Amino acid sequence: MIEEKHIKVALAGNANVGKSVIFNELTGLHQHIGNWPGKTVEKAEGTLIFRGFVVDVIDLPGIYSLSTFSIEEQVTRQYITEQKPDAVINVIDAAVLERNLFFTLQLIEMKTPMLVALNQMDMAEKKGVKISVDELEKQLGIPIIPTIAVKGIGLTRLLETIIEVYDKRKNGVKETKKIAVEDIKYGREIEERVLILESYLTELELPYPSRWLAIKLLEDDPEIKSLVYKLKPQVDEIVKALINEIFEIHGESASNVITAERYGVAHRIVERSMKIITPPRVGLEVRLDALSSRGFPGYLIMVGVVSLLFFSIFTFGDYTSELLYDLFLSIRTAMESVFGTNVLFQFFWYGIIEGVIAGITIALPYIIPFYIGLSVLEDSGYLARIAFLMDFAMHKIGLHGKAFIPMMLSFGCNVPACLGCRIMESKREKTIATFLTTLVPCAATTTIILGLVGKYVGLTWALGLYVFDLAIIIILGRFVFRLLPGEPMGLIMEIPSYRMPTLKITVQKTWFKLKGFVFQAVPLIVIGNIVLTSLDLLGALPIIEQVFSLITVRWLGLPSIVGISFIFGVLRKELTLIMLASLMGTSNFASVLTLRQMIVYGVVTMLYIPCMATIAALVRELGYKNAIFITAFELAFAILLGGLVNLLLISFVP
Amino acid sequence: MESENVQEYLEAIYTINEGGKSAETVELANMLNVKPPSVTEMLKRLTEEGYVDYEPYKGAKLTESGLRIAVKITRKHGIVERFLHDILKLEREEAHQQACLMEHSLGDKAEAALCRLLGRPEKSLNNDKPIPPCDVQVSNCIECEEMALNDIKKRIRRPKAITSLKRGQVGVIAFIRGGRQGVKRLSDLGLTVGAQVTLLNSAPFGGPIEISVRGSKLAIGRGLANKVFVETNDGL
Repeated sequence: MIEEKHIKVALAGNANVGKSVIFNELTGLHQHIGNWPGKTVEKAEGTLIFRGFVVDVIDLPGIYSLSTFSIEEQVTRQYITEQKPDAVINVIDAAVLERNLFFTLQLIEMKTPMLVALNQMDMAEKKGVKISVDELEKQLGIPIIPTIAVKGIGLTRLLETIIEVYDKRKNGVKETKKIAVEDIKYGREIEERVLILESYLTELELPYPSRWLAIKLLEDDPEIKSLVYKLKPQVDEIVKALINEIFEIHGESASNVITAERYGVAHRIVERSMKIITPPRVGLEVRLDALSSRGFPGYLIMVGVVSLLFFSIFTFGDYTSELLYDLFLSIRTAMESVFGTNVLFQFFWYGIIEGVIAGITIALPYIIPFYIGLSVLEDSGYLARIAFLMDFAMHKIGLHGKAFIPMMLSFGCNVPACLGCRIMESKREKTIATFLTTLVPCAATTTIILGLVGKYVGLTWALGLYVFDLAIIIILGRFVFRLLPGEPMGLIMEIPSYRMPTLKITVQKTWFKLKGFVFQAVPLIVIGNIVLTSLDLLGALPIIEQVFSLITVRWLGLPSIVGISFIFGVLRKELTLIMLASLMGTSNFASVLTLRQMIVYGVVTMLYIPCMATIAALVRELGYKNAIFITAFELAFAILLGGLVNLLLISFVP
Repeated sequence: MESENVQEYLEAIYTINEGGKSAETVELANMLNVKPPSVTEMLKRLTEEGYVDYEPYKGAKLTESGLRIAVKITRKHGIVERFLHDILKLEREEAHQQACLMEHSLGDKAEAALCRLLGRPEKSLNNDKPIPPCDVQVSNCIECEEMALNDIKKRIRRPKAITSLKRGQVGVIAFIRGGRQGVKRLSDLGLTVGAQVTLLNSAPFGGPIEISVRGSKLAIGRGLANKVFVETNDGL
């Protein structure tokens, strides 16, 4: 019997180096995207079969260091030390070698079996630099494989090397090349103290190399400190004394000295293995770069690009959405002519199928073009420029530049906007951004505001509501900014060079994101639909209407029947108006609602709850707890505000 | 040691210069509550002593040595003012008046001690203007906090915020202000003390700056960037 041979490999490296591209290229369709247990950091796993080996690949989050300041760094460190992958593929950007090697050196210190995918070789060449792979290999003492992931170049070689690394370790072959890693040393005053510390650490039963532990202790790493001190409290004193000595010598904290020297090592390696052949030419990209991120022309180009994006998303979305809706409508008519008004059929159709239809017709036509657009913006490098230009404005609501795209997008549809908040790098920023996007009036809400308030009360009032909503977003944004724990993060991001996005990568990215959404959102929408339909069929709605009337009639001053339209609005916001018309038996709202009621109705609809698809997106991005909390908060908040508006207007508007 | 009066003048000229213009006689007279002719006289004296460059009808600009004193006093003012307001709970105006008096007599160790007590304040009470960085020979605030007050050594050169570089200008990082996490985030991306940075671009409306460091291009939000101080070749 042939034993199945499993190899576990992990992809690690800085953000924007092409890690995910390599991951997708390697695993193709066999991947699973979820979250790390208990964390909202995305975990992507996949499998491939290569020369009889089953290779499990895991894509670790993009990070710049292995301290524990961010969740991403914690996750990576834990994975490497606890799960002990057979090989870590460190993906590095050849065009930004020095900064990437800073991370590589830290991985080497962890003594994890590893190899380097020297990616984006084409970009480095464009920059006019030549990297000697042999020299780099000699310097680092680990296999280096040059790759151009977006073109699939070098990946077979990468897999072969993984197998080699695995085989060597299995057969107990000691590293043949006596590694130059020994050269990766800090200054003498650091090395001496690392050695002293190591002597205290060797007998500790910890899954880390003692040299690495010693360095981390000198770096004042809180996690390692508590880990070691728990086993051997007396080390605390020694570490403090050593840190003090380093401070005496350098006049700088040990942690800084180590970081600076690690960069120093990276710099030396670069000097030895990289040559600048031709000085970078002032090519088209450079000129485009200058034009698109500076002052007036920059903003002009941005307005153009963003408008074009939204225009195409919504033209495509509206058209397709309507087309699909009509298609389903005709199917329903056909089905009804066969099955009649059978209760079971009714339940089946309205409960289950309509839910799926809602998901397909509302969300997908907008989400697909959005994902394509976002992917192109990201891969081309333009997204970073937009964030650069819009950072100042986003600061007003407690966010930074990267939040601009999801916020703008929210005016079309909250769902892709929520999903788009993933580009925020810290959990804190992501939570604020996601929360705020759900408060932005989407296209459906706009239809209601215009169709009700705009048409009957006046366009100024409709506009007023919009301004009111924006004010609320700014106020709540600042409020949440203060309320949420954690240090606010200023913007700090790489500005990548411009490059042409490839069709294959765009399609891949869109597909994977879409898959993630469909699997999580559609079931939720269907369940919501089943509940509502069941209530309707059981005749429970009038009872609910009665219960709700306490709020709707007493506090909001609306007719009690609107309670039901609000319930249906959870499914899709348009239904609040459509249901209202059918419940009232007329679409001339002036005959059934007073002007004040219309305004109050508009305020509540605008804020009262994210629609089912948005809630599903919230669950996906922030977890159940936060999603429920945000939903409950918005419901209470809308009722409160609606009532206040009602009281406020009582003497001005009939 | 220059007189209190000189310090007051330099501080006022600094405030105006920071706004991007030369200090004119009338404006200074208003700020310091004295008559224009005495301002003119004082400016001539300060020019003789090498603290300012003064040209009649054009106004005054600080020289490097004048700048050094002005920055020091402005910093002391800002720190004392925050102490009086944040800790002693004096009203803003009261705190300001009192700080004007105390700034001249505050010693350097007391200044450092107050800075630590207040948790390294970065913004003054006055319209959130930045408090200039200290002249202690350290590479970041945590180091300062960990050393004894008696060990404090002075910097020789005066670092300036990375945001005040001109487009294309090169600087060497000398000091990073702020908490442990912020310093770590910046240094992990290659912004370590001693690293060379070039300012590439600066977004309008107080937006981020774009720099090049260690072969990579980074955008850094204005608030974060204001914590990074560099030394430049021209010494200013």
